[in-house]
Amino acid sequence: MTRILLIAEHDGTSVNPSTAKCVTCASEIPDAEIHVAVLAKDGASLASEVAGLTSVDKVIQVDNPANSYPVAAILAPQIVAIADGYSHIFGPSTTFGKDLMPRVAALLGVNQVSDIMSVLGSHSFRRPIYAGNAIVTVEAPAGLPVVATVRIASYASAAGGGSASIEAASVDADIPGHTRFIELRSGKSDRPDLQTAAKVVSGGRALGSAENFDLIYKLADALGAGVGASRAAVDAGYVPNEMQVGQTGKIIAPELYIAIGISGAIQHLTGIKDAGTIVAINKDGEAPIFEIADIGLVGDLFKIVPELEAAVGAASGRE
Amino acid sequence: MEKILVGLKRVVDYNVRVRVRSDGSGVETDGVKMSINPFDEIALEEALRIKERGEAGEVIVISIGSSDVRQQLRTGLAMGADRAILVETDAQTDPLTSARILLEIIKREDPGLVLLGKQAIDNDNNQTGQMLAALWGRPQATFASELALDGDQATVTREVDIGLESIEIDLPAVVTTDLRLNEPRYVKLPDIMKAKKKPLDQIPLADLDIEASAALNETAFAPPEERQKGIIVDDVAGLVAALQDKGLL
Repeated sequence: MTRILLIAEHDGTSVNPSTAKCVTCASEIPDAEIHVAVLAKDGASLASEVAGLTSVDKVIQVDNPANSYPVAAILAPQIVAIADGYSHIFGPSTTFGKDLMPRVAALLGVNQVSDIMSVLGSHSFRRPIYAGNAIVTVEAPAGLPVVATVRIASYASAAGGGSASIEAASVDADIPGHTRFIELRSGKSDRPDLQTAAKVVSGGRALGSAENFDLIYKLADALGAGVGASRAAVDAGYVPNEMQVGQTGKIIAPELYIAIGISGAIQHLTGIKDAGTIVAINKDGEAPIFEIADIGLVGDLFKIVPELEAAVGAASGRE
Repeated sequence: MEKILVGLKRVVDYNVRVRVRSDGSGVETDGVKMSINPFDEIALEEALRIKERGEAGEVIVISIGSSDVRQQLRTGLAMGADRAILVETDAQTDPLTSARILLEIIKREDPGLVLLGKQAIDNDNNQTGQMLAALWGRPQATFASELALDGDQATVTREVDIGLESIEIDLPAVVTTDLRLNEPRYVKLPDIMKAKKKPLDQIPLADLDIEASAALNETAFAPPEERQKGIIVDDVAGLVAALQDKGLL
């Protein structure tokens, strides 16, 4: 029987949208029963949030003070302790899941399927390699648990309206003390989350300074968009690391992606290939970004972006 | 600490635009430039800086692969590693097997710290470091952008989706590197000459007692779906019109 255990991602207060996307991926596996594990300090409200996702059959709530922060070495043995009887164990391919799931896989003695982008069968999946320049079909060995991460840009969120049962589980696992959370420094903003925003505006090295990045924020706010950046802009210190889009940053799939002053290295393009519409604004008409852009505008961003911001404001009546 | 172990993987150079073979049997690697995985280069640079600060005695680079991999290990020695170990096999090893091999070498060498790249840019798996830490029963600090050692502990800043996370770990431990940990040094010609005299041990994989693991079977390779080339507009008015046309404004 196909039984899937999904590991929910959360920050202790709310469930990360990656969880609802994993549910969609899991629901593509034929005849599967889907359970979601919520490992938290006090997971009652998180568990009821997850129970509302359609296709979820059961939520397993594992409360432990040690689960206050997402430390892989602490979570992995607890997941292994409840993994018995599951044919599949899935997590999101976010930094949370990328950190955690291989540790789970190794404890179970299996390799991991990283970054599932489509499900072909219960043990057959497609995943990107070489920064997305090739797509490989992989078959996981029969008779062993399938541990995998889900490329969340490939999936829509599962809808609400479900009513799964919630079961509290007490877990007997050795929780190590060798890894201790200290702090999280987060540039919290009111803008839409980069990974799930419908519209994203990104800036590159051509912005020239952290101050000039203000142009990007203003345009994003006029559009109600999230804000991203190229690796070059992050390396130059214009913006913090969590804004990086690309092979080693965030892989995103907004309806609209506007790349401003980004030349379009392969590693950046990997992060935006699934966007609905890509707009490129760059002074170099030969920049590789124009090869994949749906709409290109060649010119000086310092002139174009304020004009565009004004035009967007006028068009949406938010002048 | 006495020793730092650094993993180096030989991969297609990151500047190469990789193509899938027309028969779908794999990606074209014949005649393609090969290099040290960029994240592993960062791992080695970090180990060298730790040693140069006097916090470690010896930096050992290790790789798994065919005798061709000696080229990347020599580069690692030229960067400043003291000696190299090649676990020799012509087969491609899966991440779990790689982790088991590394663990076997750890048992022999007893390093205080293992530094690996967070992912190899060929298979983009991002698994081996976490698996090694699990099998070893030791801490993992993945996606490191800052690493500070303090006796038998380390503080690591990790690049996570929502910002920067700091954790404290007991040593020995596995740390995997992210892009902004450091900028690796360039190799100088005299160092390449000197590296030829440094020890490079070759151990046949068959000489290690490694448990077999079930690898994923790669059955087909395909190029990604290409995006259609779009339109070029002349000005902001044209851009706004095109966006309105698509219902995006």
